[in-house]
Amino acid sequence: MSITYLEAIREAQAHALRDDPRVFIYGQDVGAFGGAFKATKNLQKEFPGRVLDSPISEDAMIGLAVGTAIEGMRPIIEMQFADFSTVAFNQIVNQASTLFWRTNVPCPITVRLPFGGTSGSGPFHSQCLEAIYAHYPGLVVLTPATVEDAYSMLLSAVAIDDPVIFCEHKFLYYHLKAEKLPSEALPIGKARIAREGRDLTIVTYSAMVHEALAAADELATEGWQVEVVDLRSIKPLDTDTVVASVARTGRLLCVGEAWPWGGVTAEVIARVSAESYGLLDAPPQRLNAKDTPVPYHPNLWAAHRPTARSVAAAARKLIRF
Amino acid sequence: MLQTVSGSHAVGETQLAAYRFMLRARLLDDKFAALYRAGKIHGGVFLGRGQEALSAAIGVSLNKSDVFAPLIRDAAGRLAFGEPIIDAVRTYLGSALGPMRGRDGNVHRGRPLEGYLPMISHLGAMVSVVNGVLFARRMKGITGIVGVACLGEGATSTGAFHESLNQAAVEKLPLVLVVANNQFAYSTPTTSQFACADLANKATGYGVESHSLDGTDFSDCVETVGSAVARARAGHGPQLVIATLLRLCGHGEHDDAGYIAPELKNSALGRDCLKGAEEFLLKHKLADAAQLAVWRSEAIREIEEAVAQAQREPAPDPYEEKWSALSSEHLNELRTEA
Repeated sequence: MSITYLEAIREAQAHALRDDPRVFIYGQDVGAFGGAFKATKNLQKEFPGRVLDSPISEDAMIGLAVGTAIEGMRPIIEMQFADFSTVAFNQIVNQASTLFWRTNVPCPITVRLPFGGTSGSGPFHSQCLEAIYAHYPGLVVLTPATVEDAYSMLLSAVAIDDPVIFCEHKFLYYHLKAEKLPSEALPIGKARIAREGRDLTIVTYSAMVHEALAAADELATEGWQVEVVDLRSIKPLDTDTVVASVARTGRLLCVGEAWPWGGVTAEVIARVSAESYGLLDAPPQRLNAKDTPVPYHPNLWAAHRPTARSVAAAARKLIRF
Repeated sequence: MLQTVSGSHAVGETQLAAYRFMLRARLLDDKFAALYRAGKIHGGVFLGRGQEALSAAIGVSLNKSDVFAPLIRDAAGRLAFGEPIIDAVRTYLGSALGPMRGRDGNVHRGRPLEGYLPMISHLGAMVSVVNGVLFARRMKGITGIVGVACLGEGATSTGAFHESLNQAAVEKLPLVLVVANNQFAYSTPTTSQFACADLANKATGYGVESHSLDGTDFSDCVETVGSAVARARAGHGPQLVIATLLRLCGHGEHDDAGYIAPELKNSALGRDCLKGAEEFLLKHKLADAAQLAVWRSEAIREIEEAVAQAQREPAPDPYEEKWSALSSEHLNELRTEA
């Protein structure tokens, strides 16, 4: 018996629907069809009237979610691909994220963003948008890297009284497996030490955690002990855990699949540099996707985003500084 | 013969109520304009001059349990929906005791839990939020309610208009979308805004019912808006109301509206609906001139008292402000500089 990252997302939604009558799911093809990735498979049958197909209207989908949240519901909105959430950008960053601050009325909506690159997906089905949402006040941005976190953090997302951007990585959907669903979890906003080490800290999140762990394996064969910090949550960002790790290793490499400009890696480096300059034995470094749209062909795609090989190369260079 | 709108009012009662909200809205707007010119208001002031009949007609056709998302020229509808004058004044003057607590101002005010939605500036964006409130209530088994969203003709050009009206149609929600075609979106004339012969034609494309009215005609506003709201309430799905009128002021008080041709102002479109409403009441002997004068002075006193009260109230204090955009305070970024 094993469960995939995608199945964990489906199970978390089933759990939320079962536990809380205020929860419903709204999105394109989520009903009888079960969603483009089958993240809502059979849920409409199990929960009649609560798993509803929307027209292709991302802006109106989020607007509707906000209206239902005002009425005390807890909608889960599936964006078919994170990329399409840009059509809903206005409703997310101007309507949902400002509602509580302006009116004192909470806006508990969960927006599921299937995000990140998979081979052959190209420029408009591969984007990583966590940084642009984290930029806006009033949003919580989660980026689970494991099956266990996909499950427990989605349950947390639905329980949070604020809009949550839930970034679920498509690359992890099918091949990442766990034996069983977790019964307990770290709180939201707490990072996880995915691997302990003493020579270098790699701070990363989502699918890049697995590239970083593979890089750490490779470096271990060369005698280097690399610590990998899985942020889990982009906003709030657990600076304390990151700084504590850098205090142990003296070296920081931030890895993100998103574009480099003004992103999560830049934010982590800014915080560590400002707060813990004296802990650093070398200039902090970052590794991101290239600053171009995400390419279609696997040869280009593999070179566009960080991989275990490029992470290991960047880590080696930093260790030898 | 006068028509009753909701059936619960005696003949003429709805018109009388609508007129009094129009009058109070006009006088309240005049006061805000005066405070703006005196430098007492931070930011913009946006008036509903010329649009009061339409707006009041909306407000008086709604019940407390309905949903209302007004736009910038809806002081009359807001009052008719139940907004106390003090809420409007406190928001314009930035009182910490107002519904927006100085965090948002002027026309950006509401009380979401009472079905009164505070607009964001992005046009068309409130329509799907109204849809959501109606959608949730239907899920809860609440029936017999209506949601009204107000737009100008400029907003019909947005993607949000299309998405939300289509969404309401697909879900057969009791939405009434009221478009005030006041001829100018800021300075842009209708010829640069849309190319269809009549905005009401858009309803056909969405599979919804439409209603057209003369926004300068008090009686037409009350009757046509009332019947559109009644159609939605009776389960006939979304209703698109197109009101034709002229904005009798600038976009905001900073705008002299020099782009509006005098011929247009002097045409039938430029008639003042408030004067028309007074003529209507006098003609049908629903009120006499002395009564109108009493209502005017009562409204002025009420507005002056509200302004005096709000001016005595505390402004928001940055040291008392929580600076928390999240309801879940434990998830705030603690390292934000104070």
